[in-house]
Amino acid sequence: MRRAAHRIGAVIDREEVLHVARLARLALSEEELEPMARELSAVLDHIAKISELSLEDVPPTSHVVELTGALRPDEPRPSFPREVALEQAPAVGGDGFLVPSPQA
Amino acid sequence: MPEDATTLSGGAAASGRPGSNGAGPALEPVIGLEIHVQLATRTKMFCGCELSFGEPPNTRTCAVCLGLPGSLPVANAKAVHFGLMIGLALGSELAPRSIFHRKNYFYPDLPKGYQISQFDEPLCLGGRLGDVRIHRVHLEEDAAKLIHEGESGRIHGSDASVVDFNRGGTPLAEIVTEPDIRTAEQASEWLKLLRVTLRQLGVSDVNMEEGSLRCDANISLRPAGTDTLGVKTELKNMNSFRFIERGIKAEIERQRKVIEGGREVTQETLHYDPASGAISSLRSKEEAHDYRYFPEPDLLPVAIDEQMLAAAREAMSELPAERAQRFEAELELSSDSAQQLAYRSELGDYFEAALAAAVDPPAPAQALANWVSGDLLARLGDGEDPVASRVEPAALAALVGLVAAKQISVGAGRQVLDKLIAEGGDPAAIVEAEGLAAIGGGDELAEIVAAALAANLDAAERVRGGNAKAIGPIVGAVMRETKGRADGGEVTRLVNEQLGI
Amino acid sequence: MLPLSAAQAIAAIEAGELSARELFAFYRERAQADAAANGDGLNCFTWVSEEDQDPTIAGGPLAGVPLAVKDLFCAEGVPSQSGSRILEGYRPPYTATSVARLKDAGATLLAKTNQDEFAMGSSTENSAYGPTLNPWDRTRVPGGSSGGSAAAVAAGLAPWALGTDTGGSIRQPAALCGIVGLKPTYGAVSRYGMIAFASSLDQAGPLTRDVTDAALMFERMVGHDPCDATSLQFPEPIGKPTAERLDGIRLGVPAELRAPAGDFADAEVEPGVRDAFERALKLAEELGASVHEISLPHAPHALSAYYVLAPSEASSNLARFDGVRYGMRAPGATDLLDMYTRTRHDGFGAEVKRRIMLGTYALSSGYYDAYYGSAQRVRTKIAEDFKTAFDSVDLILTPTSANVAFGLGEKTANPWSMYLSDYFTVPMSLAGIPAISIPCGLAVPGQGAGATQSGGERGSSGQPDGGSSRQSLGLPVGLQIAGPAFSENRLLDAAHAFEQALGFAEGAARA
Ligand SMILES: [Mg+2]
Ligand SMILES: [Zn+2]
Repeated sequence: MRRAAHRIGAVIDREEVLHVARLARLALSEEELEPMARELSAVLDHIAKISELSLEDVPPTSHVVELTGALRPDEPRPSFPREVALEQAPAVGGDGFLVPSPQA
Repeated sequence: MPEDATTLSGGAAASGRPGSNGAGPALEPVIGLEIHVQLATRTKMFCGCELSFGEPPNTRTCAVCLGLPGSLPVANAKAVHFGLMIGLALGSELAPRSIFHRKNYFYPDLPKGYQISQFDEPLCLGGRLGDVRIHRVHLEEDAAKLIHEGESGRIHGSDASVVDFNRGGTPLAEIVTEPDIRTAEQASEWLKLLRVTLRQLGVSDVNMEEGSLRCDANISLRPAGTDTLGVKTELKNMNSFRFIERGIKAEIERQRKVIEGGREVTQETLHYDPASGAISSLRSKEEAHDYRYFPEPDLLPVAIDEQMLAAAREAMSELPAERAQRFEAELELSSDSAQQLAYRSELGDYFEAALAAAVDPPAPAQALANWVSGDLLARLGDGEDPVASRVEPAALAALVGLVAAKQISVGAGRQVLDKLIAEGGDPAAIVEAEGLAAIGGGDELAEIVAAALAANLDAAERVRGGNAKAIGPIVGAVMRETKGRADGGEVTRLVNEQLGI
Repeated sequence: MLPLSAAQAIAAIEAGELSARELFAFYRERAQADAAANGDGLNCFTWVSEEDQDPTIAGGPLAGVPLAVKDLFCAEGVPSQSGSRILEGYRPPYTATSVARLKDAGATLLAKTNQDEFAMGSSTENSAYGPTLNPWDRTRVPGGSSGGSAAAVAAGLAPWALGTDTGGSIRQPAALCGIVGLKPTYGAVSRYGMIAFASSLDQAGPLTRDVTDAALMFERMVGHDPCDATSLQFPEPIGKPTAERLDGIRLGVPAELRAPAGDFADAEVEPGVRDAFERALKLAEELGASVHEISLPHAPHALSAYYVLAPSEASSNLARFDGVRYGMRAPGATDLLDMYTRTRHDGFGAEVKRRIMLGTYALSSGYYDAYYGSAQRVRTKIAEDFKTAFDSVDLILTPTSANVAFGLGEKTANPWSMYLSDYFTVPMSLAGIPAISIPCGLAVPGQGAGATQSGGERGSSGQPDGGSSRQSLGLPVGLQIAGPAFSENRLLDAAHAFEQALGFAEGAARA
């Protein structure tokens, strides 16, 4: 379909773990890497059982609710005062949420 | 996205040189546009926060648009309605059922870590506007605003940014064209047509400077006459028509040099700096993005029922192309006039308001059209909206009526218009106060003509002898005497009458 | 004052025998004592009200009965951390719809209960705030992820509690703690304000001492919420369950979930649980039901599909925990990427990281169709299996869990062994249908039947003081009853009939 299809049940190696961790924005220490690769591989191995099923003509289910979406009327609702919005922020700068610059 | 800008070497500045240098086959640009339009709803795409127009930072947020844990999106019906109107205007196929997807990536202006967008089942598919085919139109939410160090005096430290979530969640329609555009000028012209179309629909403010209309261009080159597609680059976020034209030109030139230099164009995202004319690469710090699209489980598919379709059709105002056609067919305007007025909706609106004014004598449509797009616009300045001027549409109509009925001369009409632009007011009153009324019909003009004939016997003789051009000095004399208030045609008629022609 | 069911408490208050204030103080003291006992308590709570009375008490049909709420429900101004370090101390500015509805009906907010981090787990050992212990045997887990809610109700530290169920997180801890747990039809209860694990599966539901309470709480939770586009209007009012018999009811027992075999033998039902389940089937016939063997051919694959779908959604749902707007941020980051990756490394526990990795992988370029796409198709087949089954039977019975409460640390080393805890509950989750777990006797772990009771005799389960003496008496076994979408009234009625016949309702453990 839209993406090149890989076979299911492939064992995930160290490099792939690093790639996925980067996508997920998770730091993994050297000691965490190997167990992660092993555990993921073990779980994927169990999951691979579904590849035995023939599912070609089966439509995918995203929702069990057999309805279409209720839309919201375009009516304003009160917003938070700024203090509330910023109250739980780990770092505040001026009137906003302070973050390390993506351009730094 | 975490990207750093690297200025590209080789052909950063546009030379403006058209065509190829003759080595190898001529290269033809292939351009497609991706336009993000902020929809003019009252509230955001998935929450009840009102849209922000310069409010203080972080005062238009709630649990949903801040991405607080546990919050859920609910789609704005009006945004879907506007999306359908856009689809109808572009002649798209409207999907009876469309799906929101999550586009996953991390960035501080994206509170949930994903953007709710549409992927393989968009709201509208296909269509056409003018000479450009539409690929698709889909709905999504806008990102928040990241204020980088240097743009705000309040940020301390050189490596920090501040996020303002007021804009986050604003409804967007993303319109993607097919790669049907061949020149930078065509891109900018087409975008103007799209803008006027969207403005006419009332679905957006379509203001490029304020970011409610944003345009990216996909650009590639190929040997002219072939239909292969070359490697394309994506030129991001050009925020004016001028920059779009210049940016695309510069990128075409850059690619041309790369190809003619025997190298290959790299697929990448580029940024055009209008100040320097430089094009730089927004090269990703890491591997290509993997957005991991999947169906948004918090939203059910959007089903478009007959009622929604009917409401969208009902709300459709007349589009520019249709309006031009109507001007031609019903008002018998020339096709040039019709397009001039219809493609700039504010001119069309002004013209129609003037036409609707009950003035006596009446103003003929074509004459009114000429005055609007000619004398009026020339005096106001080309980019101006006449509604903002002191000239009321009814006043212009009255003026054109007076001229058409020959109650004042064209020259006098121009003087009245000057006065209207400066001070506003009523043309009849100005004519009265300034003594600009045409000297017509009665004995007064006949006497002046007789005097002019008497004073220009030579010329009178030649006119009588069949030399029509010789009438000039006689008419000139009449005009001098009447300070331009006499109607040229009437003067000619009287001259001929008195000479017995 | 003994711990009461909510219905009993309401009756006592309405009769003037008890004030709502006294009731709140009674439970608050018990809950506080458990929270203050640190290692000597059950560690059921992550927060206990500091007031003698809920200051926001509204009155109404629930008469001020105190409610314990799973940590992942947002309650304005009250710590709502979803068992995670990344949300330590987070106090949301708004309240979850289901909590708000219960409070509007007169429930009072007593405490927040411990859970597996972001509801990922089946033992409540994955909480950043320490494991919750099973009140029947403190060397054992209460199940999970709503383990704090289940243990609190079982131990009489709260009259009732709110939990959530994604793949079994209400039903399995209810089974392991000997109480009632209802997972409603997907969409029956608003998810607004529930810190999400897997959006297409998460549902809120009651954990209660008996079936009557479950109906009472559920009645006040259901209904469409304009803030949750996936919520629906329940087609009928929820009634008080009264059935004593099962006459004419066709009960289906899926072979695949009675005795998992072959590839799926890992999920084998332990003998004591099997015996208790088989006795429940006999009892059903005595009560007038007919029992039929049915097949749910794809049910054995549900767990695989679930462990693709749930982690995939979770990987996206948990992307918002980025150290920008709330929650923790790792100090000393050198740049944005460093801030993100270290915050998420330090803030998430091992199981959460594992599932984020699994889900990110399953959705990543090149793998989507093989994993996510296939899992969605399996989901379709499972839903079809249930539809077919409900053509010939009214309700489906299975054990809730293959085993009684297992030992702390017993399954933490091997993720899949823990995942197998959901083998019997996940198929219903994928199909979005309602299912309830009710106690159906006791069983000795790993052995044949223990001192289980059946029939009309009122069971006595005694004090769960920990230690092996409890094990000889046995630990609770759960019976799962599932029905078609929106069949909650039928489900509750059937559960009530079983409950009356099994006589287990009074047998809840006490701390
Ligand atoms: Mg977009
Ligand atoms: Zn908002």
